[in-house]
Amino acid sequence: MINIQSLNKEFESRVRLGIMSILMVRDWVEFKELKALLDITDGNLASHAGALEKQAYLEVRKEFVGKKPRTTYQVTALGKKAFTDHLAQLEKLMRQT
Amino acid sequence: MASKQAGHIPNDPVSVDPNRPQSGLPKYADDLNAIRSMMERSSRFISLSGLSGVAAGLIALIGGSYALFLVHQQGRGYMSHTAMPYTADFFSRLFILAIVILVLAVAAATYFTVRKSKKAKLQIWTTATKQLITSLLVPLIIGGIACLALLYHGQVQLVAPATLIFYGLALMSASKYTFQEIYYLGLLESILGLVSCFLVGYGLIFWIIGFGLLHITYGILMQRKYR
Repeated sequence: MINIQSLNKEFESRVRLGIMSILMVRDWVEFKELKALLDITDGNLASHAGALEKQAYLEVRKEFVGKKPRTTYQVTALGKKAFTDHLAQLEKLMRQT
Repeated sequence: MASKQAGHIPNDPVSVDPNRPQSGLPKYADDLNAIRSMMERSSRFISLSGLSGVAAGLIALIGGSYALFLVHQQGRGYMSHTAMPYTADFFSRLFILAIVILVLAVAAATYFTVRKSKKAKLQIWTTATKQLITSLLVPLIIGGIACLALLYHGQVQLVAPATLIFYGLALMSASKYTFQEIYYLGLLESILGLVSCFLVGYGLIFWIIGFGLLHITYGILMQRKYR
């Protein structure tokens, strides 16, 4: 039988998968661009990114460009490992069928 | 990584779509697809329109034919190996024509690509776009200067082959940030340029084939594939 327990619960949400996929192939990405790529609302992105940050999967940088705040994200080494493991698990599950 | 192998890019965003499977194996399969698609979308510029290629190709075709006409009007062929020097006046006319073709082709290509981005509601000015433009422009500018050097030394017959070679290299370098097919277009352009190096005198013909016909063919193929 398939062992679903082995899947990382943090990546259950598709928004989180999306955030991680983008950050895996790119360096620092702006909040604005993430939002546009994922096609979601500010609040939705902020809460999921916050959750990933809490797990130390993401590193957040906040700075001011002129008067505007700018938030950028980068994946941490831990996040990279967690996501790669998750991908490997998903692929394993698919192969079992 | 997964992004490398995906030949085409599905057009769906990762956002929560009620039609997506929500649990079980279908969800995991769908998750994997979403991941692959997101990696592609975020690291590549996918709005490049096939029509851009067709438009730029047509302009090159018309402009190149006009240049050929001008050369023949001078009473001798670019094709006939004559080593007679071009007059400064005739030369500057060809040069201006070349600049006009370049500007029109870039403008037309940009127009169709921007139009496609807007239709698909994709962001145009992303990091992928900047990377694409840099990786295209750097070899292109180096090649452009090399061509000016050839002109400076009077090696006119090698200019058309050199433009093809450097343009091909620039496309191959840019292909990392957009459709993979661009790589093969670049390869063909470069090979055409190399062949042309050894068939001196037919430069303009090769130039018309490379910048005109190849672009048009590529544009039509891409338009059919990714519409």
